[in-house]
Amino acid sequence: MTRIDNHPVPGATSAVSVRGLVKHYGETKALDGVDLDVREGTVLGVLGPNGAGKTTLVRILSTLIQPTSGQATVAGYDVLRQPRQLRRVIGLTGQYASVDEKLPGWENLYMIGRLLDLPRKDARARADELLERFSLTDAAKRPASTYSGGMRRRLDLAASMIGRPLVLFLDEPTTGLDPRTRNEVWSEVKRMVGDGVTVLLTTQYMEEAEQLASELAVIDRGKVVAGGAIDELKAKVGGRTLRIRPADPLQLRPLARDLDDLGITGLATTAVDTETGSVLVPILSDEQLTAVTGAVIARGITIASISTELPSLDEVFLSLTGHRASAAPQEDSTPTDTREEVAV
Amino acid sequence: MSAATLPAPVKDVQDDGRIPLRGHLRHTGALVRRNLLWIRQDPESMADALLMPIIFTLLFVFVFGGSIGQALGGGQDGYVQYVIPGMIAMMSMTLSQGVGTGFCQDFNSGVMDRFRSLPIGRGSVLFAKISVELIRMLLATTVLMIVAVLVGFEIHHWVGLFAAVGLSTLFASSIMWVFLTLGVIMKSAQSVQAMGFLVLFPLQFGSSIFAPPQSMPGWLQTFTDYNPLSTLADAARGLMVGGPVAHALWVTIGWSVAITAVMAPVAIHKFRTKS
Repeated sequence: MTRIDNHPVPGATSAVSVRGLVKHYGETKALDGVDLDVREGTVLGVLGPNGAGKTTLVRILSTLIQPTSGQATVAGYDVLRQPRQLRRVIGLTGQYASVDEKLPGWENLYMIGRLLDLPRKDARARADELLERFSLTDAAKRPASTYSGGMRRRLDLAASMIGRPLVLFLDEPTTGLDPRTRNEVWSEVKRMVGDGVTVLLTTQYMEEAEQLASELAVIDRGKVVAGGAIDELKAKVGGRTLRIRPADPLQLRPLARDLDDLGITGLATTAVDTETGSVLVPILSDEQLTAVTGAVIARGITIASISTELPSLDEVFLSLTGHRASAAPQEDSTPTDTREEVAV
Repeated sequence: MSAATLPAPVKDVQDDGRIPLRGHLRHTGALVRRNLLWIRQDPESMADALLMPIIFTLLFVFVFGGSIGQALGGGQDGYVQYVIPGMIAMMSMTLSQGVGTGFCQDFNSGVMDRFRSLPIGRGSVLFAKISVELIRMLLATTVLMIVAVLVGFEIHHWVGLFAAVGLSTLFASSIMWVFLTLGVIMKSAQSVQAMGFLVLFPLQFGSSIFAPPQSMPGWLQTFTDYNPLSTLADAARGLMVGGPVAHALWVTIGWSVAITAVMAPVAIHKFRTKS
């Protein structure tokens, strides 16, 4: 049997369908009426802060917990009525690598192969194949407890792939990884998507969603607060931010006003960060970046520093929903509170 | 990727997703292998099963054996005959805790999430854990009997010995459901162990395992009379060295059945609904 047989045309139907999903823990509403769809063969990024309900959503969809109310189907199987069938077609990589740390990498994969009813010979072959694919062959015989964070995450991804799932759930696959390891995991996920697997990915990073997902659902306090194709949402958020710090602080406000007046940045408005003494310009394209830089130079201003940065989760929320994310700010977020809007 | 050359997973499951017996056996086998590999990876984890019987036997026989034996009227040698059958019961009890701590670790490490998202019967995870602990228990009993013979225990008839081991194992497997429940509901393996200690210690010492209850105060005698570990120890003693058996045997079997009937559904329910 080939891969193609398992995977119908991308986008034809919903591989994951969620309607009015609610999960209460006592008084806490972890999910408060979530609706979303993941089309077959595509990647949906579920973006939200800690405590937004991302993990609860993934745990319901992978039948680990049951919803309080609402409906959800994965590959056509109902999470409540057909959990056994559903488990045959999914793969799960949790927020914390869910491998058996005491077992060697190979034994982890072989065990899961056997649990998925592969004959011994096939389970052995599949374990070898996936270790090779995820560059873990050299570490095959070492206990997973000796693996680095990135290796453990790769082993976890390999474990999710053993059953050739139709739908893969990735719950914050790179949280806690260093940037280099994060890139490794991203490229592995992209390869899986290339194989035609449908993916629902939760993340706290806009950058991660941009890298991997084609569509985005922004979730906050158990509700989807924004959603759509990632390119559209990116246009609203403004993609990157250009940060310019003039050598003379007195130039700060006139520069911001001038840039707004030029109208180069389209819909988005320039902001002033008084704490660092810099102008923040939302940038949508390389052409815009070139135009704005050109305009600054044309004014003859001496630049002390200039850089581009990707929007933080806070900024994404602010742009898409008009309010800040409700959970505690993340460690890596920029100090947006010191910023003030400049009148258009 | 050589996906095309490998067959898709064999889905020997019926349409309603129920898993046939063969599947259950295969899954349980894969999970038993996992638990046995743990032991190979971490041989120190066998220390309790292998060393505890040696240390406990030597301690009790040589520290208390003389004086309790004197009171019993048989000296240290008489005490050996008295205490060894009870030690089999105690050993099984103590090792049955491992089911709870192991389960708690699996939940905390996230590997239980993996198992529960796989199309396997959730009972397989339970049965694999229980099987491996029973294997450890039989090993510990073997070590115990070797030490027992070395310090002077006389095996009168092997059938009685095997019956006593069987009875201890039966009772221990009912107690395992209690530890499984603790393992599912408690947050850390340490607290399972601490809780287990609190439960087991009074049961083990407030029984006829180590000393005859006749010299104990009335209220404690009442407790030891109703303590299933007393009847288990009495039955094991009867089977191994002779004396009355029938009453203690049936009461112990009754306890095992009752504890399993109550605690197995509780453990399975807690396991299924754990979020």
